Amino acid sequence: MKTKIIGQALVCAIITISLSGIYSCKPKNAASAVGGDAAQKVYVAPGKYDEMYNFVSGGFSGQMSVYGLPSGRLLRVIPVFSVDPEKGYGYSEETKPMLNTSHGMVPWDDLHHTELSQTNGEVDGRWIFGNANNTPRIARIDLTTFRTAEIIEIPNSAGNHSSPFITSNTEYVVAGTRFSVPPDDANGDVPINTYKQNFKGYISFVSVDKNSGNMDIAFQLECPGVNFDLSHAGKGKSNDWFFFSCYNTERANTLLEVNASKNDKDFIMAVNWKKAEEYFKAGKGRKQTVKYAHNTYSDVTHSAKSEIKTEVTVLNAMELKDLCYFIPCPKSPHGCDVDPTGEYIVGSGKLAALVPVFSFDKLMKAIAAKDFIGDYDGIPVVKYESALHGEVQKPGLGPLHTEFDGKGNAYTTFFVSSEVVKWRLSDLKILDRVPTYYSVGHLMVPGGDTKKPFGKYLVAYNKITKDRYLPTGPELSQSAQLFDISGDKMQLLLDYPTIGEPHYAQALPASLIKDKSVKFFKIDENQNPYVSKGDGATKVVRTGNRIDVYMTCIRSHFTPDNIEGVRMGDEVYFHVTNLEQDWDVPHGFAIKGADNGELLIMPGETQTLKWVPGKVGMYPFYCTDFCSALHQEMSGYIRISPAGSNVPLTFSTGTNLPKADSTGK
Amino acid sequence: MKKLLVIFSCFALVVGCGTGAGSDDSVNPGVTPGAGTKTETKTASGNPSYDPDRGQGKFNNDNVKVGETLDAAMASSGDKIYAVKCGSCHKLSDEKLVGPGWKDVTKRHTAAWIMNFITNTDEMLDKDPKAQAQLEICLVRMPNQNLSDQEARDLYEFMRKNDGVK
Repeated sequence: MKTKIIGQALVCAIITISLSGIYSCKPKNAASAVGGDAAQKVYVAPGKYDEMYNFVSGGFSGQMSVYGLPSGRLLRVIPVFSVDPEKGYGYSEETKPMLNTSHGMVPWDDLHHTELSQTNGEVDGRWIFGNANNTPRIARIDLTTFRTAEIIEIPNSAGNHSSPFITSNTEYVVAGTRFSVPPDDANGDVPINTYKQNFKGYISFVSVDKNSGNMDIAFQLECPGVNFDLSHAGKGKSNDWFFFSCYNTERANTLLEVNASKNDKDFIMAVNWKKAEEYFKAGKGRKQTVKYAHNTYSDVTHSAKSEIKTEVTVLNAMELKDLCYFIPCPKSPHGCDVDPTGEYIVGSGKLAALVPVFSFDKLMKAIAAKDFIGDYDGIPVVKYESALHGEVQKPGLGPLHTEFDGKGNAYTTFFVSSEVVKWRLSDLKILDRVPTYYSVGHLMVPGGDTKKPFGKYLVAYNKITKDRYLPTGPELSQSAQLFDISGDKMQLLLDYPTIGEPHYAQALPASLIKDKSVKFFKIDENQNPYVSKGDGATKVVRTGNRIDVYMTCIRSHFTPDNIEGVRMGDEVYFHVTNLEQDWDVPHGFAIKGADNGELLIMPGETQTLKWVPGKVGMYPFYCTDFCSALHQEMSGYIRISPAGSNVPLTFSTGTNLPKADSTGK
Repeated sequence: MKKLLVIFSCFALVVGCGTGAGSDDSVNPGVTPGAGTKTETKTASGNPSYDPDRGQGKFNNDNVKVGETLDAAMASSGDKIYAVKCGSCHKLSDEKLVGPGWKDVTKRHTAAWIMNFITNTDEMLDKDPKAQAQLEICLVRMPNQNLSDQEARDLYEFMRKNDGVK
């Protein structure tokens, strides 16, 4: 008995010792590294609003997502470059033209970067732009409706990666090609290994109308055939300049992994865009025949229009003087970021063990003094040391992107060493470093690429998730990590999953947007050619084998909801108008056998679903968006008769018409 | 009316801040307008300033002027608004569709109440005993159709026309 007690005591002691041993260990994993007040800092009580809107690229989903900060709650996914059957985007007749290109209808793309419109170098909350990387395009999203308002295709381009970055007053949004190709008006049917002779790199300056936001390709710059990777406009004193990182200055066309990594230094290309504008206005450009789509969406007709354009003006950067300069930058630079003062340009060589920081003042002096080491295809190459402010030494491995807090500090991501490093712009001293989980790509500080960063938060967008969340099979959602950067040390607050693969992101205080949000579309202003303003305007019209159903919906019925006399071989267009005039009361429309999507019709809007019946029979349709207590009753039938049937065309709601023919049983 | 207010105030004192009991036991969908008003007064939230004949909103007997005879122009404008924003759910007869038919609606409610209800729908549905009683029958919250003040007035005139005012 005694021994038993002693034995138990001993076991207890051992457990106690080993436990205290565990507790005395230094925190090794991220969970234990999170500070005690992290939960409090990200908690947004039920019914309360987040402090900021965060617009995140959806990467290979092709869409843009909207999160609240600091909660990390997903507020909205905005369809941009990919079809979205949930919202009818790309499926309704009204939205199909948005995805038209010179290649025809393209249902998917890869949205990499987001950029908010700016006035005087500060975010103004009017629009946000996104780039399509695969079939080169730029989209403008209206921040009153959170919808894609416009998409413009970029000719002479492939891999539209250094895009859609903008100048300080949103005069231009740029698009630089990542994959150089033969120009669109040249014969592209050439051997691939004639890259050096035949391939060119084009950079487009797309003008943005300051009132309507409408985009137009003002001019393009024809540049040497390198890979333009990322870009940022100057600001303040460097306002007239744009900076593009370039890799593959080797101009390799195969096994780039090796062959485009040979040069010790590639380039940052500095473009004097004011000069380019001058040349363009002076008629120095060449008109080139191309083909590109320009698509716009109207909130009055509730329809998109697609126009194919056929000409673009090209300025030759290799011939026109004082336009472009190359600054040598170590080892395949990726990020190209300009600090809030406009003085420092940070180039991040993916394969370099240091981060070079260039000085705008020194660059200007070097250009004035013609302090060049030669030229690259006629474009002067500035002496590295003459433009250099300094190098951040031993910062980490695989530097990618840098953002700024407006307090003289920069934050750079390191993909290979999986960390964010905070350093000071003035003396390039490293101040802090935090691990990310895992392999961070882009990062975002609200307003962090503008003249006026809002500081406070930093979000790291990681490429690899591994063990951070519950396993969900082979694929895991990419993780975002929120940090508090208000103090000297960065503090990890929160992990949350994202859609697609987030690349760049933007954020701004909610107050800049939230009160301008549209709540519904005014039915009186609806100019869709197929609108039904009231049940009295509903009808079903046959024109040959085309059936147009002018339909209304309101809680909780469709008018008409009984349709007969439609035959095999007919093409049916349901034009559904939502008569509601209140916030957040969309109705859905779905019909059995539809080979496309549903409609999701906002209050006051008209949307059209094309439906081709596949066989004779009875087809129900119904509202998909739970709208009222009688939502389940919100449905109807369309009867499909054989080709050549003599069932007359009838339609009704709330009335049982007399049996229209003898075959009905 | 004074008497009514007294009854109302007494009730308010008893209930205090209100129990949120709702109007279940005192609502009789078939009551005549006069009797209904008295009964339902007792079910109000306990706010003694609430006038169930007026409802909740910006309209009252002072700012809504109703003429002896019909204003045909306003009624005609109201007819057009009805076609777009109301006709899907309300018939002009006494037949209920989604909401009640409009026949005699101007005899059941005051002008101010109707105009408050159609412009301030959500608050009325949350507070007003008569609106709540109707919701229990229809089970569909009337949508706020975002009418302007003038549109609301025009609609009221159209309702009067429908009720036989010449």
